[in-house]
Amino acid sequence: MRQEIVPIHSFECLTNEILELTFTSDYLASVAKPGQFINIRVDNNFPLLRRPFSIFNIDGNKISIVFNVIGTGTRVLAKKRKGDTIDILGPCGNDFLTFANGEYDTAIFVGGGIGVAPFPFLTKHFPSDKKITTYLGARHKELIVTKGLKNVNISTDDGSDGFHGTVLDLVKDDFKKHDYGKTRFFICGPTRMMKAVAEFANNRNSDCYASLETDMACGIGLCQGCNIETNGGTKKYALVCKEGTIFETRTVKLQ
Amino acid sequence: MIESFKLKNVEFKNRVLVASGTFGYGDEVSDLVDIGKLGGIVTKSLSMKPRDGNPNPRITETASGMLNSIGLANIGVEKFISDKIPVLRKHNTIIIANIAASSIEEYCSVLEMLEPLSGVHGFEINVSCPNVKEGGLSFGTDVKLVGRITKELRRRTQKPLIIKLTPNVTHISEFARVCESEGADAVSVINTLIGMSVNINARKPKIATTTGGLSGPAIKPIALAKVYETRNAVKIPVIGIGGICSWEDAVEFFIVGASMVQIGTANFVNPSTGITVAEGIKQYCQKNDIDDVGKIIGTLQTNKTISIIDSWL
Ligand SMILES: Cc1cc2nc3c(=O)[nH]c(=O)nc-3n(C[C@H](O)[C@H](O)[C@H](O)COP(=O)(O)OP(=O)(O)OC[C@H]3O[C@@H](n4cnc5c(N)ncnc54)[C@H](O)[C@@H]3O)c2cc1C
Ligand SMILES: Cc1cc2nc3c(=O)[nH]c(=O)nc-3n(C[C@H](O)[C@H](O)[C@H](O)COP(=O)(O)O)c2cc1C
Ligand code: FES
Repeated sequence: MRQEIVPIHSFECLTNEILELTFTSDYLASVAKPGQFINIRVDNNFPLLRRPFSIFNIDGNKISIVFNVIGTGTRVLAKKRKGDTIDILGPCGNDFLTFANGEYDTAIFVGGGIGVAPFPFLTKHFPSDKKITTYLGARHKELIVTKGLKNVNISTDDGSDGFHGTVLDLVKDDFKKHDYGKTRFFICGPTRMMKAVAEFANNRNSDCYASLETDMACGIGLCQGCNIETNGGTKKYALVCKEGTIFETRTVKLQ
Repeated sequence: MIESFKLKNVEFKNRVLVASGTFGYGDEVSDLVDIGKLGGIVTKSLSMKPRDGNPNPRITETASGMLNSIGLANIGVEKFISDKIPVLRKHNTIIIANIAASSIEEYCSVLEMLEPLSGVHGFEINVSCPNVKEGGLSFGTDVKLVGRITKELRRRTQKPLIIKLTPNVTHISEFARVCESEGADAVSVINTLIGMSVNINARKPKIATTTGGLSGPAIKPIALAKVYETRNAVKIPVIGIGGICSWEDAVEFFIVGASMVQIGTANFVNPSTGITVAEGIKQYCQKNDIDDVGKIIGTLQTNKTISIIDSWL
């Protein structure tokens, strides 16, 4: 893990609401794994704390993240331009590939909203002996990004793109039509969505690996602010930034 | 150029430490920070038994700061001794064990377990803990209790004993005076301020415990005033803490009377803040022909003699 000041290589609008920011870092490009995140200081003074972002893609020494503007940090980030620099700390957290090998046929990727972020990079490096099916759910079509994904099924809350309904309803519907054999789920998105999808997956005896999101002050295990309650085990809480962000959903209490 | 500082029998290589609860036990960031360049590490508060800490959410960002209610989650003193001290010893810096407890007896027992260990160079006592036996109010807001804790611990240690004071009292100087008279070697000023933040959509507090401890740049002016007040009340060294992010911030603390400083929240943003602050202080002194950092301490130029306690705002 390193702290680096890196130059912004490009800035692109993937949809009317989702931006892709690309910067260069030889170090990060050589060590980061799918599912890991970087912690960005968007500006020198304000906001104070770094903001975590999943790694969306790595191409050569170019690393990209995607985001939509929701608050102070993303508003500042959206004003950056090619040639500006950002202060990054990473890579942080565990990665999805640790959990990719095993006895199953199809990897099911489920991304809710901006929770799509880790999947293109994961798709690129996923073990080639597994099939991949991807489900994306979002409020509306401007929040759907399919770049770099395989076998994508889409749902929107307002029906502006793909299936009209929740991503879980889409998954259920699609599972009736296809036989994916033995599955393993990899999911990321709002906690409520992950809880529902995890229940579905675990009920069909599929393991489900979820990348969790909590507020983080440090992202590197210093503050103990990012705890999640575990389901039994030796400790009552786990730290999302360090022991996660990826957990098998039976081991933690999603709420 | 003298950067070092001696407290009782312990020599710190510089006057910049990292604050309790903001640097883990040093091992999380040893590949990111050259820990040997820090004046010292103050450990996360240690209690007798391991503590799970509070439910989530434990933190939220506020204007130029953050609220936390970690709940003193820690691995307990036994695990600290077996797992962490061997690692900390390798760092070539001073290790101050911070102790939290829910009774005076517990403070004493934890300190007694650590006293014989050469890997622990001194103690900082976190008195911002609920006194479970007597109604759960914080020890740190009761002058008599702070005095008793200091007295009992002083009898049990030959090492530097630092009492870390809470700002959530009317006159912090009264607390510093009692620490001094009961034999403390220094006081740390300040711990976090009680604060609150509300999610207006859910009409719920943003952290699970409703109120929490405010830290970061937002509290620096308050911390400076508390250090100034304390410095004017006691002769023992005052360790300044609160919102320090840069060497300029640290020099402000020295000028109002802090003998050392601690970096807290800023570590979350830049884990190497302690080192850049220490280097910045050195350069400031060299540039101004100051041959000892100690010569800046308590050099505030004021033309008023009114004490801050008496003055009208
Ligand atoms: C491991 C991890 C990976 C992440 N990856 C990404 C990513 O790839 N892309 C991305 O855009 N974001 C990602 N996030 C979220 C991101 O770090 C920021 O929290 C988010 O972008 C909002 O920051 P802000 O400063 O703009 O908003 P703030 O000013 O912090 O928040 C503004 C308001 O929005 C609310 N809010 C904050 N975050 C969210 C959220 N995620 N959903 C709904 N409401 C929210 C806050 O409660 C607040 O009321 C990730 C978070 C984590 C923990
Ligand atoms: C997340 C967090 C955890 C903390 N844990 C402790 C602790 O265990 N013991 C203690 O004495 N102080 C603790 N503190 C207080 C800090 O050591 C420091 O006194 C305070 O944060 C003010 O300094 P700052 O503004 O530089 O952060 C904690 C602070 C934060 C932000
Ligand atoms: S965010 Fe600080 S420990 Fe996880």
